[in-house]
Amino acid sequence: MKLKGWRELTPGAVILEAGNAVEFKTGSWRSFRPVWKEENCIQCLFCWLYCPDMAIKVKDGKREEFDYDYCKGCGICALECPGKKGNKAIIMVEEGK
Amino acid sequence: MARPLSLKEISKKEVLISSGHRMCAGCGAPTVIKMVLLASDYPVIASNATGCLEVSTCISDYTAWKIPWIHSAFENAAATISGVETMYRSLKKQGVISKEIKFVAFGGDGGTYDIGLQSLSGAMERGHDMLYICYDNGAYMNTGIQRSSATPRGADTTTRPAGSVIPGKTEPRKNLTRIMAAHDIPYAAQASPSHWMDLMKKVKKAFEIKGPKFMNIISPCNRGWRSRTDDSIMLSRLAVDTCYWPLYEVEDGVTKITFTPKEKKPIVEFLKTQGRFKHLFKPENEWVIKKFQEDVDKEWERLQKEVSLFAS
Amino acid sequence: MAKIVAATGNEAVANALMQANPDVSAAYPITPATDIMQRFTSFVSNATVKTEMILVESEHSAMSACIGASAAGGRVMTATSSQGLALMWEMLFIASGLRLPIVMPVVNRALSAPLNIHGDHSDAMGARDTGWIQLWSENAQEAYDNTIQSFLIGEHMDIRLPVMVCLDGFIISHSIERIEYLEDAEVKNFIGEFRQLNPLLDIEHPVSYGPLILPDYYMEFRKAQDEVESKVFRVVLDVAKDFEKISGRKYGLFETYRLDDAEIGLVILNSAAGTSKDVIDEFRNRGIKAGLLKPRLYRPFPYNEIGEALKHLKAVCVLDRADAFGGSYGPLFIDISTSLYTYSKKPILINKIYGLGGRDYLPEHAELVLNELTEIAKTEKVKTIKEYIGVRG
Repeated sequence: MKLKGWRELTPGAVILEAGNAVEFKTGSWRSFRPVWKEENCIQCLFCWLYCPDMAIKVKDGKREEFDYDYCKGCGICALECPGKKGNKAIIMVEEGK
Repeated sequence: MARPLSLKEISKKEVLISSGHRMCAGCGAPTVIKMVLLASDYPVIASNATGCLEVSTCISDYTAWKIPWIHSAFENAAATISGVETMYRSLKKQGVISKEIKFVAFGGDGGTYDIGLQSLSGAMERGHDMLYICYDNGAYMNTGIQRSSATPRGADTTTRPAGSVIPGKTEPRKNLTRIMAAHDIPYAAQASPSHWMDLMKKVKKAFEIKGPKFMNIISPCNRGWRSRTDDSIMLSRLAVDTCYWPLYEVEDGVTKITFTPKEKKPIVEFLKTQGRFKHLFKPENEWVIKKFQEDVDKEWERLQKEVSLFAS
Repeated sequence: MAKIVAATGNEAVANALMQANPDVSAAYPITPATDIMQRFTSFVSNATVKTEMILVESEHSAMSACIGASAAGGRVMTATSSQGLALMWEMLFIASGLRLPIVMPVVNRALSAPLNIHGDHSDAMGARDTGWIQLWSENAQEAYDNTIQSFLIGEHMDIRLPVMVCLDGFIISHSIERIEYLEDAEVKNFIGEFRQLNPLLDIEHPVSYGPLILPDYYMEFRKAQDEVESKVFRVVLDVAKDFEKISGRKYGLFETYRLDDAEIGLVILNSAAGTSKDVIDEFRNRGIKAGLLKPRLYRPFPYNEIGEALKHLKAVCVLDRADAFGGSYGPLFIDISTSLYTYSKKPILINKIYGLGGRDYLPEHAELVLNELTEIAKTEKVKTIKEYIGVRG
């Protein structure tokens, strides 16, 4: 990414584009990745709520896939997932395996 | 707010903090902020004290904030937002603005309990229509886990490490929520991300009240607490269940406990999960655990007595 | 139609602030600036102004609240002195770094320790590197005029920097002078509406103020700020020209008094310049070619212009009402000697420290200095470059 020169900067370093942090992909931070087992998902949306990185997409009140561009692999979703009849809907697997 | 909140409905709202921030994997703070912003039915403008949340969400020319946001310095999130709120009132009075906007200050325990206490107290006393949210992770985490007055007794921090002679922090925690309630502000409360509905209800209630409001929200830090990246929510739940972090509110001077754990767990359950308390399990330091339990029991008892004062 | 009044410096400044009618002010009392805000708050209580007042719990919070209010999007001002200015020191850099056009009269007072409430320049001199524009005022009229102009200078779209207006504590702030006030409507028209830039209150376009900047960008931001400082001179002169049209009073980057053909000269700030001018006249009556230069815009410092104005003199004494610790020279001396640095033929410079902690500066002190300069101009010999005058022992 090309760094800007001083002439191209905003006054006082103010950032004019809200939420542009999305241009910075934190997915490379992971060493474990969450895997969604849809058959065990009760759509409680706890994973969506607790995710610190907003890395779970939700549409019309239902969760969809993980956003692996940003997921840091913390595992909160997997730990908090109530699952169905004792089977988790999210499991953590080692990245690269 | 009799109707229970529905996550399905809430999930349709825009999340006003974006992905791509640099908070550690599993940090409690962004979840706390996300919940606070989701709970608001009004547009929000926020100030933010220097600290983990601030540097990680707004760095270089990236911002994770989708609301207007200002960071000025470490100790003045409250003073800064009181300036923003006053400009809003001035322009509203002049007829330049008519929208309803809410003002929030975010500060860690560092920028709130210690260096930020004066500015917070001043803003609360002046009666600005604002909500101060303290995300309490119990130390100056951003600069490397230094002790703050919010650090729990016995915790190992880098400025008060657990050594052979001194077993970590020797002082008890400062009770900031009580100090804020003593300012006689319309609303002061404690919340936890593990009890999300309680947290969001409190935020909603706060936004419906005019005047200064304060909320202290526990925010686990797996780096500073030496815990796992996946247990932030579990630890905040345990903090509530051990009554280390009681969930209560003081509205117009009336104290109400908003969640009573089914079974009050011994503090040891909370301590054994975190590396920062590891040294307390040595026989010569067991007295610290005993004292810690006494602190927790004393405060829980005091709260219950306070509640009974107002019981109808 | 000008209104002629007898008023103190503080009263005049408070009147200027009233006429500017800011949207918000946040202030904390400190002697000798308190009076400005006390007069102003009575305007607030009587709704003479639309200003919402924040009575903060410290000067640090005063500047913090001003920063919040200015970033929110409106006209903001405060006032302070000495310890108050010192307490808000970190926030001064933040105000200029965030490019917020806050206006702040500073009633110059000595810094503790020892504790002293009287007039000297150490407070504002200590803040000269903070990125604020500094205008210095000889008397109450200048303080009034500078305060009005500072809103236009700071809010100019090429500038967007905070402005400090300096006036001597007690000597000017509390002494009654004959002052000409402009009409409220004239000032309102002159200053105009607040010029918005990236306001927080524009919730349709959320902005983020105050990011963390790493070594890969910090220097570029400082360079950009340095570049803006270089544009200040033109704006100060343009605003002064427009101000002359409504007031009849001329202002520049500095004032020269009988300097054009002078051989010896004084460089001196604020009220003591007024005292010195009378002595300059006496020396002129005796046939000695004496002159005076009084800086007005102190930051950014007009090195080129001042160098040009002084280069022809034989001997110049720079009088400082503040000293820099550590065996250094006074701050004004350092800037004046820098302005003459590039000339191969330049006046001999000496530095006198005077008037610290409210110690009187009297005509006889100016006389002493001018006599010494006459000697230096003749012999080209200097007995000591830096000396404290008016001190016992």
